[in-house]
Amino acid sequence: MNKMDDCYFYIMAIIATSVAIFLIRLLHVLYLTGKSRRLKSPQPLSTLIVLGSGGHTAEMMNLLSVLQMDRFTPRFYIAAATDNMSLQKARVFEDSLLHKKVIKGSSAQFMQIYRSREVGQSYVTSVWTTLLATTHALWLMVKIRPQVVLCNGPGTCIPLCVIAFLFKVIGMRWSSIFYVESIARVKRLSLSGLLLYKLCIADQFFVQWPQLQRKYPRAHYVGCLM
Amino acid sequence: MGGTDSVSLKRIVFLTVGTTSFDALVKVADTLEVKQELTRRGYTHLLIQMGRGTYLPAESIGEDGLLAVDCFTFSSSIADHLSSASLVISHAGSGSIFETLRLGKPLIVVVNEDLMDNHQSELAEELADRKHLYCAHPQSLHQVIVGMDLKSLLPYQPGDATPVAKLINRFLGFPDD
Repeated sequence: MNKMDDCYFYIMAIIATSVAIFLIRLLHVLYLTGKSRRLKSPQPLSTLIVLGSGGHTAEMMNLLSVLQMDRFTPRFYIAAATDNMSLQKARVFEDSLLHKKVIKGSSAQFMQIYRSREVGQSYVTSVWTTLLATTHALWLMVKIRPQVVLCNGPGTCIPLCVIAFLFKVIGMRWSSIFYVESIARVKRLSLSGLLLYKLCIADQFFVQWPQLQRKYPRAHYVGCLM
Repeated sequence: MGGTDSVSLKRIVFLTVGTTSFDALVKVADTLEVKQELTRRGYTHLLIQMGRGTYLPAESIGEDGLLAVDCFTFSSSIADHLSSASLVISHAGSGSIFETLRLGKPLIVVVNEDLMDNHQSELAEELADRKHLYCAHPQSLHQVIVGMDLKSLLPYQPGDATPVAKLINRFLGFPDD
């Protein structure tokens, strides 16, 4: 009887210790989130670029066009499986870099991902599709393990950002997550933006209108991208 | 009559709904009162890009004293249609809005009230407050066309992504240059 009690005690102790270690690590990562980790000799960083659709993609391409691409190498583009246009735009952009000899060899990869929620889909069925999308996202993220995540909504980026954050917590890969709220959001954040802001997942959170910065003080106001 | 003359006399209103379906807008643009007002203001053609909508406007070549009406569903050359237009009436998608503003075309944005998550009016209203465009709803389009003064619109200065790039670079420890 005593042996059983001992065994039970040890198992509980191990579980409690693991939970405690996880929570301490989680708090530590949350503490480090948003803090710049300056490197003495900066190396190129593998970068995941999440393309939204339509206007979101156009804004992201504007941002990419002013980033020094030799610093963000290799690049992995991910777009929703239902979105045929965005990866096409990214390919055109990468081709133009090669053409202008900004980069030497192509170091870009293009991937598609299942979407957690289509425009107009009900919130009930989106629970199941979100699970499916998360599994797929996990598979892609294990393969990519980016050091930088650039995203600007909509929902496609959420599973990817959450996984990138969990990779930090379990020590698998440290990444810096940047989120730019869409120019279409003037007064209220999008659901994706709100989640990343409230959960402190994004290291830096950018908004394009001053009204939003006043409402969400941790955000950086950067003016219009379009 | 020379071909160049007829081109220069053309004043086209281009209506675009992008990849959406926005029958309420196409229907209201097809009403007599809107077409009469556009004609009165000197427009000669109304070209409608109706996207996934199902309402087919009555096409006409303009012999009834009103402007000519033509329509199509999708085109790969929306940019060409925008640049040849004298007035653009658009749905509230940010892509269409900024493409039109960058070309310096007068713009009326019509907000689709049937969308489930209707955040799109935010952008149109903000840009209307800043006098870059007119903002309307399908039922108020006629009133907006009657009351609009295109000379009072201010040109839109295209945005710039360098502030974001700078912050990202600094955060990652890359030097400014």
